[in-house]
Amino acid sequence: MPQKQGLSLGENVDSRQLRGRRELRLVWRLASWLTSMAITLLGLAVVTFAMTRLAPLDPALQLVGDHASASTYAAARVELGLDQPLPVQFVRYLQAALSGNLGQSIATGQPIVKDIARTFPATIELATVAIILGAFLGVSLGILAAVKPGSWVDGLIRLVALIGYSVPIFWLGLLMLLLFYAKLRWAPGPGRLDVVFQYTIPSRTGFALIDTWLSGKAGAFRDAIAHLALPATVLAFYSLAGISRLTRSLILAEMGQEYALTASAKGAAIHRVIFVHILPNIAGALITVIALSYASLLEGAVLTETVFAWPGIGRYLTVAMFAGDMPAILGGTLVVGASFVILNTLTDLLVSKSKPGDRL
Amino acid sequence: MTSSIAATSNETGFIRRLLRSPSGLIGASGVLLIFAIALLAPLIAPYDPILQETANRLAPPGALHLLGTDAFGRDILSRLIYGARPTMALLLFVILIMAPLGITIGVFAGYFGGYIESILMRLTDIVMSFPRLLLAFAFVAIIGPGLINGALALALTSWPAYARQARVETTALRRSDYLAAAEMVGIRGIRLLWGHVLPLVLPSAIIRLALDMSGMILAAAGLGFLGLGVRPPTAEWGTMVAGGTEVIFDQWWVAAAPGFAILIASLAFNLLADGLRDVMDPRND
Repeated sequence: MPQKQGLSLGENVDSRQLRGRRELRLVWRLASWLTSMAITLLGLAVVTFAMTRLAPLDPALQLVGDHASASTYAAARVELGLDQPLPVQFVRYLQAALSGNLGQSIATGQPIVKDIARTFPATIELATVAIILGAFLGVSLGILAAVKPGSWVDGLIRLVALIGYSVPIFWLGLLMLLLFYAKLRWAPGPGRLDVVFQYTIPSRTGFALIDTWLSGKAGAFRDAIAHLALPATVLAFYSLAGISRLTRSLILAEMGQEYALTASAKGAAIHRVIFVHILPNIAGALITVIALSYASLLEGAVLTETVFAWPGIGRYLTVAMFAGDMPAILGGTLVVGASFVILNTLTDLLVSKSKPGDRL
Repeated sequence: MTSSIAATSNETGFIRRLLRSPSGLIGASGVLLIFAIALLAPLIAPYDPILQETANRLAPPGALHLLGTDAFGRDILSRLIYGARPTMALLLFVILIMAPLGITIGVFAGYFGGYIESILMRLTDIVMSFPRLLLAFAFVAIIGPGLINGALALALTSWPAYARQARVETTALRRSDYLAAAEMVGIRGIRLLWGHVLPLVLPSAIIRLALDMSGMILAAAGLGFLGLGVRPPTAEWGTMVAGGTEVIFDQWWVAAAPGFAILIASLAFNLLADGLRDVMDPRND
């Protein structure tokens, strides 16, 4: 491999100097990564802040009610800081958000941070199980399709993928509930746990799978898995579509490269060419698409959790939207959005590290 | 002169090749069909989409109502046909806002370079890593539901891809003889960008639009499903699915039919996009 040659040459010249430069480059990359993430997060905060100012609702009026006197209203405005110029308001907003204060939910009366801490684990649990399933199936199907492009297997997998990213996920979820819950009675109803377990299992981590496991009750653990199975499968199908398609086209593109042709010409079986030669080279791109898919599962939670009555942040946001609970909408959006941004930029960093040329 | 003739023959060849690929043909016909249904809805629909037959609520599919009626006794088939209108209108609004915005930013960045480019592309990168769907939902939830607001929300979060593409192409053009010649005869500034850069940046943007539309249909349906779409009683597919949710276990067709319409519409655009990709990049097959 050409990279290897470059490495040995470099080691010969002066390995210490090279290592120093390598460390410097790593620090530089980390710094630029942190800056770009910070700028993006700041941009996200600007957007959510701007939304509060664009809203037709007056937070002061919402606080004191319609019948309050002008002086009470003015006092409320001062208390909320609405009399300050916008930049000052933004800095205050940012300070509060950074110190973990996103305001109070109008609907639940709780601090929004508390609500989010309660609901976010459910979303993460669902999305994580779904992406593990989706990535495994997606990569497998992509490989299967690439082995014989143009065959009926390839055609079938393409069709599955095509439907996967054309289908409205909330509708697919509804149909699956109808089939597996109402008609076949294979799946348990909506929610994360049966009522029997809901109040008897202590919530230590907020993750139903871990909590029920820790409780030592096998029945509860099985129940958690059963509740997770249907929504996780539906979400996995959605992420499988993009992942299988990309895996296929990446492998096919690599197959035309000289190194893969050489391996084939030397008599390596196609499986060996794919697993030993091609997969390591496309790993970076695959990680990117899997991470992006994971991020989109987090933001897509708004649509899927409503269908399965999954008590995650998506459902929390939907309920807040219906209730006109503006602080909750913006707080939730900021937190989910920030996770999305961090996940995305983290992927960038990971992938640039896994490029063979940079691994030196 | 010769170049323009070559360009036109290229274009017809492009369309012919697109229609020769099966997915391109099916997709293009599907998209045309949906637009035709949206335009001709009053002529095709058997019933008034908001007419309530209260005595005939939640009727199963039958001879009188081919797809049954919903919880208000409205004919589902007619509502499906009319439901194509807000979706297609939203797509048009999104295109009209998103493409000009993205292309302008990209062309300016690519043409002027320097600080302008750095600032514009930095902005593009930031918006690009935003959670688009989530921000669009939050935006509409706060500003208020409706077609224009939905389109605005989706367009304002989706322009970066167009900006990036337009910038790359403009940067490549900047050093071309073609622009140098135009500048030499005194064409400068906006006139140069409008008349000489834009026409060359446009084709790839149009193809990109075709690729993006199925995602937009799903996002629009999602808005409707969350109650952030057009106001009732206007028929809209996502809203119709939400309406059918309450009766999904007993009258499943109320939610199944509009969801299927969303699937078909988004499938048509995806097939069209597939066809376009096949034509542009033969390596895909």
